[in-house]
Amino acid sequence: MVEQVPYINFAWLVPALPLLGFLITGLAYKRLKHNQAGIIASTMVVLSFLVSAALYFVLQSAGKDSATVTLFNWIAIGNMNIPFALLVDHLSLTMMLIITGVGALIHIYSIGYMHGDDRVNSFFAQMNLFTFSMLLLVMGANYLVLFIGWEGVGLCSYLLIGFWFKNPAFNYAARKAFVMNRIGDLGFILGIILLFFTFKSVTFSEVFSQAATLQPGAPMITLITLFLLIGAVGKSAQIPLFTWLPDAMAGPTPVSALIHAATMVTAGIYMIARSSILYNLAPITLNVIIIIGLATALLAAIIGLKQNDIKKVLAYSTVSQLGYMFIALGLGAYSTAVFHVTTHAFFKALLFLGAGSVIHAMGGEQDIRKMGGLRKKMPLTYFTFLAATLAISGIPPFSGFFSKDLILSKAFEQNMIVYILALGGALITCYYMFRLLYLVFFGEQRLAGAHPHESPRVMTVPLVILSVLSVFGGFLNIPSLFGGDSKFSAFMQSAVFSKVSEEMTLSTEIGLILIPLILLSLVIWFAYKTFVKKAMLPAGDEKQMSYFGQLVYNKFYIDEIYIALFEKPFGFLSDFFFHKVENTILDPVVDEIGAATSRFGTMVRRLQPGNMSFYLFAMVAGILLFIVFILII
Amino acid sequence: MKEVSSAIQLIPLDNYIMLSVALFSIGLMGVLFRRNIIVVLMCLELMFNSVNLLITAFSAYHSDPAGQVFVFFIMIVAAAEVAVGLSIVVMMKRNVESVDINLLNRLRW
Amino acid sequence: MVFLFYMLSAIMIISALLIVFNRNPINNVIFLIVCFIAMAGHYILLNAQFLAVVHIIVYTGAIMVLFLFVIMLLNLNKAIIPHKSRATRILAVITGGIFFLVLIAATRQTIEIHPRYPFTSDIGLVKEVGRTLFHEFLLPFEMSSALFIAAMVGAIMFGKKDV
Repeated sequence: MVEQVPYINFAWLVPALPLLGFLITGLAYKRLKHNQAGIIASTMVVLSFLVSAALYFVLQSAGKDSATVTLFNWIAIGNMNIPFALLVDHLSLTMMLIITGVGALIHIYSIGYMHGDDRVNSFFAQMNLFTFSMLLLVMGANYLVLFIGWEGVGLCSYLLIGFWFKNPAFNYAARKAFVMNRIGDLGFILGIILLFFTFKSVTFSEVFSQAATLQPGAPMITLITLFLLIGAVGKSAQIPLFTWLPDAMAGPTPVSALIHAATMVTAGIYMIARSSILYNLAPITLNVIIIIGLATALLAAIIGLKQNDIKKVLAYSTVSQLGYMFIALGLGAYSTAVFHVTTHAFFKALLFLGAGSVIHAMGGEQDIRKMGGLRKKMPLTYFTFLAATLAISGIPPFSGFFSKDLILSKAFEQNMIVYILALGGALITCYYMFRLLYLVFFGEQRLAGAHPHESPRVMTVPLVILSVLSVFGGFLNIPSLFGGDSKFSAFMQSAVFSKVSEEMTLSTEIGLILIPLILLSLVIWFAYKTFVKKAMLPAGDEKQMSYFGQLVYNKFYIDEIYIALFEKPFGFLSDFFFHKVENTILDPVVDEIGAATSRFGTMVRRLQPGNMSFYLFAMVAGILLFIVFILII
Repeated sequence: MKEVSSAIQLIPLDNYIMLSVALFSIGLMGVLFRRNIIVVLMCLELMFNSVNLLITAFSAYHSDPAGQVFVFFIMIVAAAEVAVGLSIVVMMKRNVESVDINLLNRLRW
Repeated sequence: MVFLFYMLSAIMIISALLIVFNRNPINNVIFLIVCFIAMAGHYILLNAQFLAVVHIIVYTGAIMVLFLFVIMLLNLNKAIIPHKSRATRILAVITGGIFFLVLIAATRQTIEIHPRYPFTSDIGLVKEVGRTLFHEFLLPFEMSSALFIAAMVGAIMFGKKDV
């Protein structure tokens, strides 16, 4: 693609600026004091955001939909030609703006949150590295550059989850996240290999133009899309690779906000949306996606009902919302899914940052049974949290309403069962989110001796900005029912090719909006009654719960099943190899080789005793042999 | 003199070769045999001389004067070498108090 | 003439054997001198007059005297020299014998070489040797003076008590 778009070549700045921030804070991490690392890191991300916004205008004014910026020729072996190129089109621009925008706010928030930590410089270095990798992921023009970013974010996730590495439980959580990601990556790599095998290229434009000529339902396409799906399942925490996400809450709260709410976990959805043409050709895979997404959404929502740690509740709600995005993808409504990614980034980041604010105020306490009555002590946090909770529940006119409703209506058009189950999940979401809200902010303060105070300005300003976005962000995609023109979907159409139309008919729409609205209001009132009026606390002790309650509280014992199925056999195998093979066979063999060489050397050393007569003898004998040799031959 | 010079044609070259080889191997035997450095050096001189004889014989038979000039140079080199060699022997005597060649085994590890 | 040749050879070989098998170093020097004089006789037989004279002057007159001086300096006429083990001595003799045989066998395989120049017995005269030396071999001749300087310096260096 010829670049006739002026200034588009500055696209390399967008990932390069966070990389520069990483290098500066990473190399000078012993010398930066106070808030300097945080300011540098945040500045870089803000600059990146400005450049992304400028690129949007540049693209707009040139009248084009997309532009490729080739940085350098990367791999050129025989027929395989893979340049290191960045693709700037509507889909990647959306993701770029989300990553840099929300990321910048979270960076600024972390300046206040991580203040005083003794490794704060490394923290900001790793955050910038993460931003760089994520940007590379969304800006890549071929699957390999995407994969570089994919691996990079996996690495940074490991680093940041295990940031407080002195605690071995946190290290375990970080390892778990990384290993589960790797399992997904294996599928992803296989998918890329098959892709290259089929299409002889991994660049998006070439693959998609070739794919258009293929039959839908071709077995090769199904295989490719399934393998890519495995990668997305690992990265976006779907069944069965989702247990790492709740454990990842061991990391600092800004990490949870950035990585596990707004950006990294949405990488899988981005990848599938990018490959929309391929997925349109594989209806089997799309059905699989719907099933996985639905199951995940429901399972996570149910588990979230009984969790008592504020971050765990939010983690399960993230998994659940990701399930919703997968449902949207499976239904063929790719731009809807991306829209939900956008709004989810807003309100989930806000929820996490608000939770961080609460944790910070309560001096590190994370159990919601011990919190309460924070509404009057931290009004700003309360209002922003309330805005986010309303958004995630899908109450109009907040942003979550627009995106979730769009998904539900698409489900309604295609499959009634999916619609009912998804609606049920939405109701459960609303219930546990409001449970969280009421338990934390309403009622009497249950923690004795704590003096909760409002957070410093550097932490509350991002909260406010995000709440504005959560409230008004939905207006990006107002359907025609309300007089809007679905700007977002139209924007996406150049990049993502949805199977279904993104519009809704009038009558179904009204029904679809009113019914959930009524049900949701019922749920909210019920939650209010339970947790505020009756002031019922969740059981402090497991044994007080019913049998089903215990099951849910223990996350359906999925972690334990995985440990028994996978970890123990691997541990056994590893022990076996270590003791039986390494210590008994390999080590002695290697040692023996060394010892044998040493003994041989001792033998040979006797050839040089040092006395002259022996040397003279040897010389004469040698000459004799030589002459005899010449004579004979 | 004429009689002497005609003797060259009477004695076949093979005799000179055999004589020279005999002297060389006797010298070699002495080098391997004796333990006194000075005697070893003397046997070495014997080997040099056997070679000198051979070259001179060849040059006389082929009427090539270059052979005798070469022998002359060999003698020069042998003289210089003996001078240096004997001074080394003196130094060795000073260090090890003996002239036994097996006592200089510092070459070992 | 042939008789002269054989007698000189006999003297040479016998004195060489006596060098090897005699224990006293002074005796060895004497026998070597006898050997050298016999060799000078051989040179005269071959009409290499210049070489014969130089041989007597340099070898017998200078080098052997040097040997003698060193032996006397080191006080070696006492029988304090240890001897090698019997096995080594026998082995040395055998090796020498084998060497002799091998070289003789090598000469059996030689081809006949015919002389290049017409036969003249004048090449051993001083005039001829001098002409060849100063015409064809002038550079090596001059270089040998450098060789002597090096040898002298080396000998003096080694002789010092404190380096």
